[in-house]
Amino acid sequence: MTATLPAAGRSPVRRLAGLLHRRRRLRLSLLLTAPLLWLAVLYLGSLGVLFVSAFWTTNSFTSEVVKVWSTDNFHALLTTPVFRQVILRSIGVALAVTVLCAVIAFPLAFYTARVARPRWRPLLVVAILTPLWASYLVKVYAWRLILSQGGLADWMLRPFGLDGPGFGLPAAVITLTYLWLPYMILPIHTALQQMPTGLLDASADLGARPGRTFRSVVLPMVLPSVAAGSVFTFSLSLGDYITVQIVGGKTQLIGNLVYSNIELNLPMAAALGTVPVLVIVLYLLAMRRTGALSSL
Amino acid sequence: MRLTRTLRAAAAVAVLLAATACGSSGSGGSSSSTGLNPPDLKEQSKLGKSEGQVNLIAWAGYVEDGSNDSKVNWVGDFEKQTGCQVHSKVAASSDEMVKLMKTGEYDAVSASGDASLRLIASGDAAPVNTALVPNYKDVFGDLKLRPWNSVKGRAYGIPHGRGANLLMYNTEKVKPAPTSWSAVFDDAPKYKGHVTAYDSPIYIADAALYLKATKPELKIKDPYALDQKQFETAVALLKQQNGSVGEYWGDYLKEVSAFKSGDSVVGTTWQVIANLAQSEGAKVKAFVPKEGSTGWSDTWMLSSKAKHPDCAYRWMNWIISPKVNAQVAEYFGEAPSNAKACAETSDKNFCATYHASDKAYWKNVAFWNTPIEQCLDGRTDVKCVPYAKWVQAWTEIKG
Repeated sequence: MTATLPAAGRSPVRRLAGLLHRRRRLRLSLLLTAPLLWLAVLYLGSLGVLFVSAFWTTNSFTSEVVKVWSTDNFHALLTTPVFRQVILRSIGVALAVTVLCAVIAFPLAFYTARVARPRWRPLLVVAILTPLWASYLVKVYAWRLILSQGGLADWMLRPFGLDGPGFGLPAAVITLTYLWLPYMILPIHTALQQMPTGLLDASADLGARPGRTFRSVVLPMVLPSVAAGSVFTFSLSLGDYITVQIVGGKTQLIGNLVYSNIELNLPMAAALGTVPVLVIVLYLLAMRRTGALSSL
Repeated sequence: MRLTRTLRAAAAVAVLLAATACGSSGSGGSSSSTGLNPPDLKEQSKLGKSEGQVNLIAWAGYVEDGSNDSKVNWVGDFEKQTGCQVHSKVAASSDEMVKLMKTGEYDAVSASGDASLRLIASGDAAPVNTALVPNYKDVFGDLKLRPWNSVKGRAYGIPHGRGANLLMYNTEKVKPAPTSWSAVFDDAPKYKGHVTAYDSPIYIADAALYLKATKPELKIKDPYALDQKQFETAVALLKQQNGSVGEYWGDYLKEVSAFKSGDSVVGTTWQVIANLAQSEGAKVKAFVPKEGSTGWSDTWMLSSKAKHPDCAYRWMNWIISPKVNAQVAEYFGEAPSNAKACAETSDKNFCATYHASDKAYWKNVAFWNTPIEQCLDGRTDVKCVPYAKWVQAWTEIKG
């Protein structure tokens, strides 16, 4: 190769630069190798390994993985009532967290993007982001204290003759909502901020009341951002297993089943692990139709 | 266009699912269990020179070299005296220990009874020549050659320490004071939402132990040897208990906090948890109920593929030497295995608190063992439910 180049009097660096300049293909493949390796080997590769190992079985006594092709794990996944129940419960939790986040985030984002004085807006955004600076575990343990017997939740509800929710499924949903709320506020805030004021004025000029303006103008424009935020809240909730271990009482979600199977029955854990992947792929495909992915 | 592509993707997924669902023939885990006929391995006859290092798998708190707490260090002196550099790996569960031992990269492991038989049967653990462990002679007699550390009179390890799973209750909220495990089984609905239990399949044995006393017609002899009917009754009892359980605990600090706040008022515990909760002001008491209890007894086992067996033997002798055994036991919160360790503890009441030499106390404790198909209680006319099934059942119990 180098023999064909007029090498005399040129430094190796310049020769290389020349070579790269002349050969577009080479330049491109060198540039793309690293990111493609990252994507193909580390990301898709590991997903592939996960999927393939779901078809293996284990020796029931020594719990060693036996590399014999079988679909028993998926069969068990679809026919065992407890697995079905846990999968549906996990999807339910993810949906509940997403809906709660959207309902709470909308008024908050509306305030930070349009109502608050422009000078305060960046500060408010920072305030929304601050919880993300604290460690995940610290926040979840704080919620354990808030929700425990005689904790803050009990104390605040006592004047109304109520008790706090205690540990359990509601506690897990509340804590996950708190954890992922900033991921929902930010896209909605951005969308509301970018919305031209003229549109609201035009709607009012044409005789629409605030409710009508909200339904016909604001909501359609912000919906893709809500969907974008929901991709975060949904996928993060679906994969979580630590929050539910700490505040969820005896509740099991898919993540807990994967965790409890990983030592003794790796193939079953892999089969369980493909469920959230599949659910999220379907969710992303559904969200793509709303145009959410382009407003991420 | 967009819609059709979405549909096509969904269809492809559906086809894939259907294919996997139909093609199975339901031949769950092929059981080629070797039972209790472990491969015939030779034990070492004499101690060679130190190999310069040793690789250990241990429970947290068993191999402390001062890196967690500079005052807690019994590895440094071992390294100085024997020239064996210690590399240790902390395992979080018995299952992880079994898995790590299979890699063949480790020389010894501090296995609990729910792992030890699996290691012996699969040939991963080698028999141990106790004559090469001088301190073995001081180990309590009722810890030697037991079903979880020996097979047919051959020792497969050196006892490290033991503890019982106790019943702990909140003295203010649980009245009258319980005397029986019925507090967490038949009477559990009284404390609905505030009952706790250990989060592991081995907890099924606790239900079996209770049934052994309350339902003699089931003829349970050993809570780790359950035939199908006995097993199903125990699982049904636990499913019923699940309705009253507030949370299961796996992490002992979580249980301390739950008893302190009152989220849990009655449930299984370890002595160390009871001590911690009491020292932090919780009004709790822990005891062995009248039915007896389950417990753990840990054993240092030697890998059959050990590359540094001579250092591993030296380690096993070191960890049960009176002074070190006392240190470990106090740090971890368990009864030491060496009788002479009781003279070396910093708290002079330590051995009394933990019932170290109380033979009558330990008689009532059914130590963790690995359930296998060949019934451990000697029955040959039925097959017992193996541990893999316990694991599945545990997932179902929690629902």
